[in-house]
Amino acid sequence: MRAAVIVFPGSNCDRDLAVAFERAGFSVDMVWHKDSTLPDGVDIVGVPGGFSYGDYLRCGAIAAQSPICKAVVEHTERGGYAMGICNGFQVLTETGILPGALLRNGGLKYICRTVGLKVETSNSAFTEGYNAGDVIDIPIAHHDGNYFADDETLAELKDQDRIAFSYTDNPNGSRDDIAGILSHNRRVLGMMPHPERAADSGHGGTDGVALFRALSGVLTPA
Amino acid sequence: MKARVHVMLKNGVLDPQGEAVRHALGAMGFDQVEGVRQGKVIDLELAEGSTEADITEMCEKLLANTVIERYEIELV
Repeated sequence: MRAAVIVFPGSNCDRDLAVAFERAGFSVDMVWHKDSTLPDGVDIVGVPGGFSYGDYLRCGAIAAQSPICKAVVEHTERGGYAMGICNGFQVLTETGILPGALLRNGGLKYICRTVGLKVETSNSAFTEGYNAGDVIDIPIAHHDGNYFADDETLAELKDQDRIAFSYTDNPNGSRDDIAGILSHNRRVLGMMPHPERAADSGHGGTDGVALFRALSGVLTPA
Repeated sequence: MKARVHVMLKNGVLDPQGEAVRHALGAMGFDQVEGVRQGKVIDLELAEGSTEADITEMCEKLLANTVIERYEIELV
């Protein structure tokens, strides 16, 4: 199993994400944002957290126009798997791979703490290691995690069972408490919380491990 | 030629920063302020011959996120 972790100037969770993938049995390639192609045979692309391009213009907006993001879009259009965490989620919405946008937190403050997440669906490669309804503890660390989508998009996400995780106690004003969503084909996950920061007993929690373990069992390359 | 692009959050999209500014103005005694929306102004310096259609494309692709923002182009 091969994972590619994208590195932008300003990424800061890229190594954590790589370690979480490695622990789950993946070999990991770190891929620089100026590269225009992904390594051959990549099973999943991870877009990590951080502050790509200093969050200039909008979080993730400049990163979404980088050469590697064109390759990531093509990878997902071929049915390839990808996950974006935190800034990575912002990047995936800016590319249009995932719907909606992430706004400034409702309370305006940067929030860094562990929150309760309800697993809304176990029907995806990312969440099948959990049971729907499980509540897991995962850290958040963001200033712009307030998920927004119009009413029509929210209805579609619900109807198609594409809300992956919701907050048990909404910290940032996200519509419908949304913390993570899936693409149409359920092969792309975007989430603001950091499962890679709950992947080792040294982190103070291991509730993120099941996500990476589940992934290592089911992927097919695109 | 120069153009100025105004980017604002769409109506209906909550603007917590604008709301904080409104709150601060109220606390300063400006009781008449009933609402604040905060946006961005982007000034572009463009080669002669650039068209409004070019700027529209820039707005659609990068300068604004049309999921949450609307934009206006002013040729100056």
